[in-house]
Amino acid sequence: MNKRFYTLVLVATIFVLLAACAPAPTPTPVPTATPTPQPVVFLSTQLTPVEEQEKMRNIILKGFTSAKTDFISDAEGVVVDRILAEQKANKVVSGAIGVLHGTFPNLLAANALEDLTPLVAKLSDRPIVKEFMTLGKLGTDKQYYIPWMQATYIMVVNKKALQYLPAGANVDSLTYQQLAAWGKNITEKTKEKKIGFPAGPSGLMHRLTQGYLYPSYTGGLVTTYRSEDAVKMWTDFKAIWEYTNPQSTTYNNMQDPLLSEEVGITIDHTARMVNAFKNKPDDFVGAPAPAGPKGRYYMSVIAGLGIAKGAPNKAGAEALIEYLTRPATQAVTLREVSFYPIVESALPTDLPPFVRLEAEGVVKQSKAPDAKVALLPIGLGAKGGDFNKIQQDTLTRIVLKGEDIKKVLDEQATALNALMTELKAPCWSPDPLSTGACLAK
Amino acid sequence: MRAKLDSALPYSLLLPTLAFVTLLIVVPIVQAFLLAFQGADGSFTLANFQKMANDTAFADALKFTFLLLIFIVPMQVVLALVMALLIHTRFKGHTFFLYIYAIPLAISDLAAGIAWLSIFTERGYLNSILFQLGFLERPFLFLSYQNLPAMFGTIVVAESWRATAIVMVILLAGLQVIPRDYFEAADVFGATTLKRTLFVVLPLLRPSLQNALIIRTIFAFQTFAVVFALAGRVIPVLAGESYNWYATNRNPGVAAAYAVLVLVFTVIATWFYFRVLKTSAAEAGYD
Repeated sequence: MNKRFYTLVLVATIFVLLAACAPAPTPTPVPTATPTPQPVVFLSTQLTPVEEQEKMRNIILKGFTSAKTDFISDAEGVVVDRILAEQKANKVVSGAIGVLHGTFPNLLAANALEDLTPLVAKLSDRPIVKEFMTLGKLGTDKQYYIPWMQATYIMVVNKKALQYLPAGANVDSLTYQQLAAWGKNITEKTKEKKIGFPAGPSGLMHRLTQGYLYPSYTGGLVTTYRSEDAVKMWTDFKAIWEYTNPQSTTYNNMQDPLLSEEVGITIDHTARMVNAFKNKPDDFVGAPAPAGPKGRYYMSVIAGLGIAKGAPNKAGAEALIEYLTRPATQAVTLREVSFYPIVESALPTDLPPFVRLEAEGVVKQSKAPDAKVALLPIGLGAKGGDFNKIQQDTLTRIVLKGEDIKKVLDEQATALNALMTELKAPCWSPDPLSTGACLAK
Repeated sequence: MRAKLDSALPYSLLLPTLAFVTLLIVVPIVQAFLLAFQGADGSFTLANFQKMANDTAFADALKFTFLLLIFIVPMQVVLALVMALLIHTRFKGHTFFLYIYAIPLAISDLAAGIAWLSIFTERGYLNSILFQLGFLERPFLFLSYQNLPAMFGTIVVAESWRATAIVMVILLAGLQVIPRDYFEAADVFGATTLKRTLFVVLPLLRPSLQNALIIRTIFAFQTFAVVFALAGRVIPVLAGESYNWYATNRNPGVAAAYAVLVLVFTVIATWFYFRVLKTSAAEAGYD
């Protein structure tokens, strides 16, 4: 015991001595009063994985030379708290802010955003999707953010399924009713149900109800939850479900069932299908999601770029936004981190094949003549899960259990209204903007 | 002085365990109760339990949890008993089988669930083999929500595979402590193997059976990863709903309400086993 103790003391002493002998650290250079502008602090809630951060710093931002950039990426709460704290302390360090559309209203409410309307004119040379630009106004007449990049959900089809397309239907301009007819055709010819949905326990089926089915049929989500149009939607969706692989309730991402060919037609998040294109690039095509009576609504996860009010190097932050929205930079972003461009220009040719194949579907979807954008729920905070559960329960009861559509919608709309009243959350697109809580009629 | 020290020793040796149990079990249980009975503002309420009871999945979760219990526990105990008796005969190569039987012990629930998913899915191993052998013209959908009995069957199979080993290990340990004299006495009186098993082994194995049943039933109430992988939301179970409310719906209150419910059922089941399989101190070997 004693021996061990002495050994420990000896080792510790040696370490202390070694440390004392180490060369003194080189003195840090005294910062000279430089005429060069301050670095632009670029705060972001996107690209948080270390690998993506590195790609942002070393590849995407490499070509930006107007100012030194500090890219800092963290969780939404951390980023928002930091911006608001700086505003409160009247000591702003942040410059550019890169967050999701749903985060901006919080910042605007705290008066933490610069008006970017003058910047819009400088960006008029690039074809930024108009709908996205409008979103950047946050319902005001001023521009508060410039669209940065997007992710979305598209339809992916196994080429073998194309031969069964119903007469007169085009895979790039399909309707939900045609999708049902297509599924029926396949089932009649092959005796297999080849449509698939990510309705598994961690699948994103509820996003398809929120951003695709509901808006495409009713033009809204919350306000129209129990409308006649909603009844029609569920009736049509039940028809699609008849030709849907009943194992869909176990699918969490669609790339696996696509690759195993259990499913030939599906709609899911692009990141959850990218392996299908990666492993079998010749087998699949990306296409726009189907349309309903109110248009071809699709959900876009849009990230935008704003500038913190009183930013120390505003000109540098503006230059950064100009740089990041250049079509060339957008292409690099897509290639490196798989986020899609918000500009309507031809895709670069040097993309890895799997990125290009999927990207074609994404571009076709946003460019479709009847395309309209729905957004992720906004202002629900921690109650987002409760909100999603209402859509999940509605689907379970109507589609899986075959309960009466009107009765289910009535009951679920009541639950929805209770939640929205508690949250006092106003409506977001596609529902018409409201001042009070967004309620189902 | 010496005597005083001696009497204090056992208690001081128990202290680490006590600290462990308090910190990792008692405190979380108290916290779970507080969560379940408190609203978002900290006031006491039954709202979480109301929300739980009114939930679409609640009745199904209750039903399927008990169905699983009724199907799996007796089957596993019988299966484990057969396996343990077989190993206990010490036939040549019995250690090899012991290791094979024990493999599932080392595999996590979810991993087991995913392994079985790759067996039962439409283009999975089972369908592929049956198709290759010519038994099927097209894949059979074991995991279709329209065929609940098949889906439930896959869960019973997967759960049996996964959790029979733990029951077997307990029973085998119980078998090994039965003194050989009893078997010899039975042989002297000319008992057949069946009679020996029924009238000598089983009664003496009762304490182990009780333990195995209690542990297995507690586990059955906690089952969810395998169910989750194979059946998704179509076959909800209580523990799975607790997880869903916590992780997916981000509502710790309702999640805790489910956990409290599971605790109550577990306590009742344990009490039931203690009553029905009452063992004397002598039988348990504690005297």
